[in-house]
Amino acid sequence: MNFLKPEGPISREADRLWDITFLISVVVFFLVEGALVWILVKFREGAQRGEPKQVHGHTRFEILWTIIPVLLLVGVAYITVPVIFTQAREPEGALKVEVIGHQWWWEYKYDSGVVTANELHIPTDRPVLLELKSVDVIHSYWIPKLAGKQDVVPGRVNHLTIEATEPGTYLGQCAEYCGLSHANMRATAVAHEPADFDTWVQEQLADSANDPLAAEGRELFLNGKFADDQQCIACHAVKGTPAQGIVGPNLTHLGSRERFAGSMFERTDENLAAWLEDPPAQKPGSKMPDLDLTDEQITALVAYLQSLK
Amino acid sequence: MSTVASPTTPWYLRRPQAKTGLWSWLTTVDHKRIGLLYGYTAFIFFVLGGIEALLIRAQLATPDGTLVDADLYNQLFTTHGVTMIFLVVMPMGAAFFNYMIPLMIGARDVAFPRLNALSYWVFLFGGLFLYSSWFMGGAPDGGWFGYAPLTSNPDFLPGANRLDFYALGLQILGIASIVASANFIVTILNMRAPGMKLLRMPVFIWMSLVVNFLLLFAMPIIAVALFMMTFDRTFSTLFFDSAGGGDPILWQHLFWLFGHPEVYILILPAMGIVSEILPVFSRKPLFGYSFVVLSGAAIGFMGWGVWAHHMFTSGLGPAANAAFAVSTMFIAVPTGVKIFNWMATLAGGSLRFKAPMLFSLGFIAMFIIGGLSGVTHSIVPHDAQQQDTYYIVAHFHYVLFGGAIFGLFGGIYYWFPKIFGRLMDERKGKVHFWLMLIGFNLAFGPMHILGLKGMPRRYYHYQSGLGWELWNMVATIGAFIIALSVLVFIFNFAQSRKKGEVASEDPWDGRTLEWSIPSPPPEYNFEEVPMVEERDDFWHRKYKEDQKGRPVPVPAGGAEDHGAEDHGEKGHGIHLPSPSFYPLIAALGLPMMAYAVILQSWPLGIIGAVVALSGFYGWVLEPATAEH
Amino acid sequence: MSDAAVVETEHGHEAHQTYTGLDNVKMAMWAFLGSECLFFGALISAHLLYRNRTGDGPTRQEVYDIPYTSVSSFVLLMSSLTMVLALAAIQKGDQRKLRIWLMATAMLGASFIGGQVYEFTTFVQEGLTLQTSPFGSSFFVLTGFHGAHVTIGILMLLSLFAMSKIGRLPPSDANKVEMIGLYWHFVDIVWIVIFTIVYLFP
Repeated sequence: MNFLKPEGPISREADRLWDITFLISVVVFFLVEGALVWILVKFREGAQRGEPKQVHGHTRFEILWTIIPVLLLVGVAYITVPVIFTQAREPEGALKVEVIGHQWWWEYKYDSGVVTANELHIPTDRPVLLELKSVDVIHSYWIPKLAGKQDVVPGRVNHLTIEATEPGTYLGQCAEYCGLSHANMRATAVAHEPADFDTWVQEQLADSANDPLAAEGRELFLNGKFADDQQCIACHAVKGTPAQGIVGPNLTHLGSRERFAGSMFERTDENLAAWLEDPPAQKPGSKMPDLDLTDEQITALVAYLQSLK
Repeated sequence: MSTVASPTTPWYLRRPQAKTGLWSWLTTVDHKRIGLLYGYTAFIFFVLGGIEALLIRAQLATPDGTLVDADLYNQLFTTHGVTMIFLVVMPMGAAFFNYMIPLMIGARDVAFPRLNALSYWVFLFGGLFLYSSWFMGGAPDGGWFGYAPLTSNPDFLPGANRLDFYALGLQILGIASIVASANFIVTILNMRAPGMKLLRMPVFIWMSLVVNFLLLFAMPIIAVALFMMTFDRTFSTLFFDSAGGGDPILWQHLFWLFGHPEVYILILPAMGIVSEILPVFSRKPLFGYSFVVLSGAAIGFMGWGVWAHHMFTSGLGPAANAAFAVSTMFIAVPTGVKIFNWMATLAGGSLRFKAPMLFSLGFIAMFIIGGLSGVTHSIVPHDAQQQDTYYIVAHFHYVLFGGAIFGLFGGIYYWFPKIFGRLMDERKGKVHFWLMLIGFNLAFGPMHILGLKGMPRRYYHYQSGLGWELWNMVATIGAFIIALSVLVFIFNFAQSRKKGEVASEDPWDGRTLEWSIPSPPPEYNFEEVPMVEERDDFWHRKYKEDQKGRPVPVPAGGAEDHGAEDHGEKGHGIHLPSPSFYPLIAALGLPMMAYAVILQSWPLGIIGAVVALSGFYGWVLEPATAEH
Repeated sequence: MSDAAVVETEHGHEAHQTYTGLDNVKMAMWAFLGSECLFFGALISAHLLYRNRTGDGPTRQEVYDIPYTSVSSFVLLMSSLTMVLALAAIQKGDQRKLRIWLMATAMLGASFIGGQVYEFTTFVQEGLTLQTSPFGSSFFVLTGFHGAHVTIGILMLLSLFAMSKIGRLPPSDANKVEMIGLYWHFVDIVWIVIFTIVYLFP
């Protein structure tokens, strides 16, 4: 999350501006605070003899310490303003991805038809233009090492360009207070070499796996009715099955993701079981309710979910 | 309505006459008492806001703290912000306006003493109303900045009424501020002693004037925003409802149009205080008086043109972002002018490091840091990284705590002898200062690093393994050291009230008019209204300048006799405004109406309106003075 | 009315000696009105943003009756004239005329409010409510707050009337009438602005 060590061209450009401005600030800090300390030492009572001269002011100083900061700031403005404009331009040849903020998880929709959650997969060395939308409140999408953040506002479409140079996993977090689990709404960007990215897309477009060993869980998932007549398929979608719910994350290839529940937890059997046991206890305010599942049901469902590679 | 009460005046229109006891405090219209009420109340809220901060820091000392859950945490950070801004810094400023403005301009009271009392009671009731939420379903939890639609749509946060307490509470507090600001503007413009031209006024008075204009113009904007929020919540209007065509960004524009001038409302009184203290403890006049005054006015004016720098990441577009980036950069200029003038005041002086001076120097040192980090926020592409991280939290605590709070503490140490007739203990004052300075820097310095390392704000817990653990622990320790320093202060304050060294009228060898009257001041302030001949008139009554420009005491006997004891003959014939209970009654109607909205009770609302109206009509109809 | 401490010149008589020479009460009202400018400014700005966001509801062209609203605007404008006459009356010491003109102002103001109530009822029947659209929300909140200000003004005018009736409004209190006059004129001017921007702007 440390954006002092940027890893993409956009974050690097901002970092360069920071380097210059921070340097100026540090120099000003030492000069001014240093002068202050020197004054306090030199003119402390006792080190003087008698009363000080009653000076009321000197216009030349006023001009000096107005002009010099103005010039410094003009310089800062001069290097900053162009970057504001260039970074706002829609990049050429960008991959477009729709990013939809929910309380409290991120949904991703690609032009190619991929619908997924929590992990944003992107190719390296290509700008990615994110179209930011929200279904509820204002969130903010932020992958610090790749770019600054942009708010996700309901009723508007904001844009954010990110770009990674190296393959890898880049951490991010929601950065606009959005309620109980604001702290649990992680974003992850996974960058692949272009060929690998294409492979990922194809894998995601495929129908869900139908592992016979997970038949019991699959049956529960598709047809089970739990507490208050709730059903998994009311909220979740699994491609290639009747489950077409759009309220919660798309689970078609859940098994291909490292983490779940807004990237809170590693996708282990244990964590999945704990989640199914009582989602709001795991994630304050979770829209997924406690379904009063039995231990057997949980075991079966976990097996099914893990099979969705 | 210039009548005198008589035996035929009905009982409810007779002016109360108590001078001591609880009833005298409830009916006071004396600006000095009202100032004390503001000050004590603000300090109690400071302790409450501080406890909220300590709970936050205790929770965040480790990554997966379980001291408080997400819901409580969200209430804590919201009320901490609301408390510190609206119930501490603003009213503490008001405390100083109340007590010191008449004294410094040579007046016997403010222009509207009952309006003054009203503003205090409305403030108190607003604060109590807000805090009653803790016991009535939970405190506000939408952040002090209350972004819609999280706050304007009841579906998105738990608790049915929390945000109604927020909106209604702030509306009540807004009324207190607007009423007070009209009062102080008229007081400063109209009640100055003869000869006190504008450019002879102390800088604190100038800053007070600017602040009260800012209040006058900024508070109505947030009032509009809060009405819209309340209407969206209660009447399903569509101001911020995007599904219905509303725009959540409208909330942000309105809030920050208020919110940015608000931060100058928070800092300028402290800057005024510092401008008073430095010359006295350097034994030199303020360097560049006109420029300091002009800069203060410039900051007040330019502060209206920077609001969207709080919205750089909300998608305003590059043109707007660039414009606000530039305006934000340039508001640093008048601030710099003030700092340099303060330093030039110190340079060449004879510096006495008493507690008021220490806090003022702390202000300067900390504000420089906060100001510099503020400039870095104006680098829009990098602000896109900084925004909503602890780097921002660091910035505003440096200017609001390192700046405003330090300045206000300086004011307390400085004017304590005038107000209470005793000096605060100097040694404990130094302990307070150093502990607070160290604790403050330990608490908030590391937050710069946490922010730059990517730690977002408003998180009730955070991931381990990202390098955030160490600095969070350091920050928590710093916070507790601050708490310790506040305990030292409280002890010093209480002990000094009873046993502090008795103070003369002028213990610091001051420059301004308040030091020419007894400590504590008599009810009428000035036995004779002073004739002001120049800036720092009081200083010039004590000192002339020799050929080298150094002060030389004026021979005794040339000045007025201030040392005579009060045999009860002083103040004879000075007519003071009579106390009244109607401001209290009028103020009482407001929380009643607010509770009526919360409880959805028409009867309570009507009773509240009747109470408020009765208070108002009683006020208008009561005779101007009590019976003789 | 300001009960600020004053130096007594004669027993029971107050002398106002303000530094600027301007009356305290008048200056305070000007300050308050400055604040009100921002209040209405914010509401008007929001309305400008929302005037075309009509959702499924009627547009302004479909509901406004400009001739009708022009008449009620004229009525309000006339009330400012009667207010001026009321102030002139008290300054001349004519309590009877003062009361006549105060009541006239209040009645004209009440007619304006009555006209608005009728107008808004029609709008609701035509499908424009607070909840219909952002246009509806911002329109009713803006005009509603203005109407509330007029209503409060009417209450103050009637209070002045009553005080005059019981002999508690001598010519030395003309500044109070002037202060409320200032408020009334301000509310009138705000209406001119609202009428122009909300109703007349294309």
